[in-house]
Amino acid sequence: MATTMITTLDRSSRAAARGLSDISIRNLFIIPTILFLIVFNIFPLIYSLGYSFTDFRASTSAAANFVGLQNYRDLLGDPYVWSNFAITAKYVIISVAGQLLVGFGVAMLLNRDIPLKGLLTTLLLLPMMLSMAVVGLFWKLLYDPSFGIINYALGLGTFEWLSDPKMALYAVALTDIWMWSPFVMLLSLAGLSAVPKHLYEAAAIDRAGPFYTFFRITLPLVAPILMIAVIFRTMEAFKTFDLAYILTSQPTAELISIRLYKMAFQEWQTGRSCALAYIVLIMVLAITNIYVKYLNKVKER
Amino acid sequence: MRKTMTSVLAGIGLVLACGTSVYAQEKELTIFWAEWDPANYLQELGNEYEKETGVKITVETTPWPDFQTKAFTEFNAHGDAYDMVVGDSQWLGAGSTGGHYVDLTDFFNKHKVGEVMAPATVKYYAEYPGGSSKYWAIPLEGDAVGWSYRKDWFEDPKEKEAFKAKYGYDLDVPKDFKALRDIAEFFYRPDQKRYGIAIYTDNSYDAMAMGFENALFSFGGELGDYKTYKVDGFINSDKAIAALDAYKELYKFTPPGWAKSFFVEDNQAITENLAAMSMNYFAFFPSLINEASNPNAKNTGFFANPAGPGGDQFAALGGQGISIVSYSQKQEEATKFLEWFIKDETQKKWAALGGYTCSAAVLKSPEFQNATPYNKAFYETMFKVKDFWAVPEYAELLQQLNQRVYPYMIGGEGTAKETLDALAADWNATFKKYGRGQ
Repeated sequence: MATTMITTLDRSSRAAARGLSDISIRNLFIIPTILFLIVFNIFPLIYSLGYSFTDFRASTSAAANFVGLQNYRDLLGDPYVWSNFAITAKYVIISVAGQLLVGFGVAMLLNRDIPLKGLLTTLLLLPMMLSMAVVGLFWKLLYDPSFGIINYALGLGTFEWLSDPKMALYAVALTDIWMWSPFVMLLSLAGLSAVPKHLYEAAAIDRAGPFYTFFRITLPLVAPILMIAVIFRTMEAFKTFDLAYILTSQPTAELISIRLYKMAFQEWQTGRSCALAYIVLIMVLAITNIYVKYLNKVKER
Repeated sequence: MRKTMTSVLAGIGLVLACGTSVYAQEKELTIFWAEWDPANYLQELGNEYEKETGVKITVETTPWPDFQTKAFTEFNAHGDAYDMVVGDSQWLGAGSTGGHYVDLTDFFNKHKVGEVMAPATVKYYAEYPGGSSKYWAIPLEGDAVGWSYRKDWFEDPKEKEAFKAKYGYDLDVPKDFKALRDIAEFFYRPDQKRYGIAIYTDNSYDAMAMGFENALFSFGGELGDYKTYKVDGFINSDKAIAALDAYKELYKFTPPGWAKSFFVEDNQAITENLAAMSMNYFAFFPSLINEASNPNAKNTGFFANPAGPGGDQFAALGGQGISIVSYSQKQEEATKFLEWFIKDETQKKWAALGGYTCSAAVLKSPEFQNATPYNKAFYETMFKVKDFWAVPEYAELLQQLNQRVYPYMIGGEGTAKETLDALAADWNATFKKYGRGQ
């Protein structure tokens, strides 16, 4: 059955000339990839599900005891974990909304004939090419109250971006917005340039105002690609770790991934941290599903 | 012909390379420690050992924030990458009950290590559970929290005069927490970019706990009863509450942005002219008397943690003991190294290289006490130190302390009593979960 589904090669194609059939491509590339995924992704995923029902601690030699749903019950009843989730939700909303606003705005500005457009776009993309840890380290310097350039430039004196419990999360989100707006910009730019020019011409003939044109033509046509950007960024923002971990230790900025890391690798509560990881996984899946449903709806329109 | 020759030569080379590496492996011991100056001193000491015995010692290091994680990842995987580890004092519980450390009780008794090393170091770096006379490590690097200060600021006649006029007594090295607070307040001058005091506030590992303990122990408070694991009436006693308030009070006089500070920041407070006094582990003081790393080296002085209002004077313990990893293939060779390490002359060498010896004889010798400006304060401190819980779940206890104390210290949430009552409840629940005491 499987072989009948594999199409035969077109004799004139390059693959045929090199003697690579679909079957050998499958054997060479797809099977190893799937095996790799099973060994390093699927198997640990299922194995850790088992651990999440035990009181296993990787740091001791004591055998793991089955505790049923105890870990899940404790975690969902722990006010600290809930506050971590609330912090994460706030972070995701601020950071993704900010990136959408800045990224789409810059894309709108760039979506016209301007000199050096290519160079400008490339330069704007630089932040997202940096490593998260590096960005965290140098933004920590930029935010420094004593010698940081941000306070100097804005004349804020010794304003404490990262040590102020109320400000810390916004400071992390601001860094994330700086880093990932270019990603949204890139996708939006692709979407914007795909909008057929004749629609704008028709709108101009009908004397449609700029707002009307934007909300009736530009936005609906770019929406699907914008949704993809939102899905990616939400997933990423939900699991942000390195940036926040490096920038601040404020409990008001302790994202769920940081809590998870501490539980798993500082306290070695392996069983419980597996349970928390599953709770996070289910949440990310649920949110992504809602988005995907919405995306499909937008596409249908 | 040429080709054959080349391959034959290559083959010979390969055999030789394999041969020597196997040989080298047998005669090599790897010690794992955190990345800091004392590890370099230990490497130098190891080089001496290699000269004497031919056994190569490699000290492998990793930055402090990863140290615990990396060591336990290796232990949990039963890996033999490290033959010995210089583990934090809090790890004793997890290391011994988890089967990661080799039981050194016989070694201890045979070589009378308990008499060679200072009593506090044996109690906190080697023994687990407390009072059991079972030993898992040899005290290697003694350490405690002490203080550095700016001698030039303290000795300025104008400052002295102004201080006396304001507080009614002479400006000098603080003898108690009240003086510590007054001096911190006195030097707190944000308009001049000068601040009073640098303390530990980082809540990611044990920094906050160490800083708070300095006040707690000197105020006569305790974390709990180490034998019965009773914490109610200890960690939330009136003395403990007063200590937390005193520590929080000091935070008011720190440089701006002092909410995630540990040893790096606290040394910077002195080198960058930020603070008059700075709390730090003794292990970080060598760089403060080095002109290359501290432009104020000549003007930096040191003192032991001051006494509390009741006259008690203690300090929070840092430092580490060296343990043999039970998964090592070379335990016998490692034991020989430890036998060499505890010898008096080795301990003298260790101290001369910059290591903080735990040997009682060396600590008491005038030659050690006069070797650096801080050795005397170190000697005084090492006989009055106390430590955090060393149970396997210490990391959970630390996390709970951070969770409760940090928002109060930095964010000003709640009161000291509420904070410590909540902490006592958390610790009780944790000890109950692991079936300890009660």
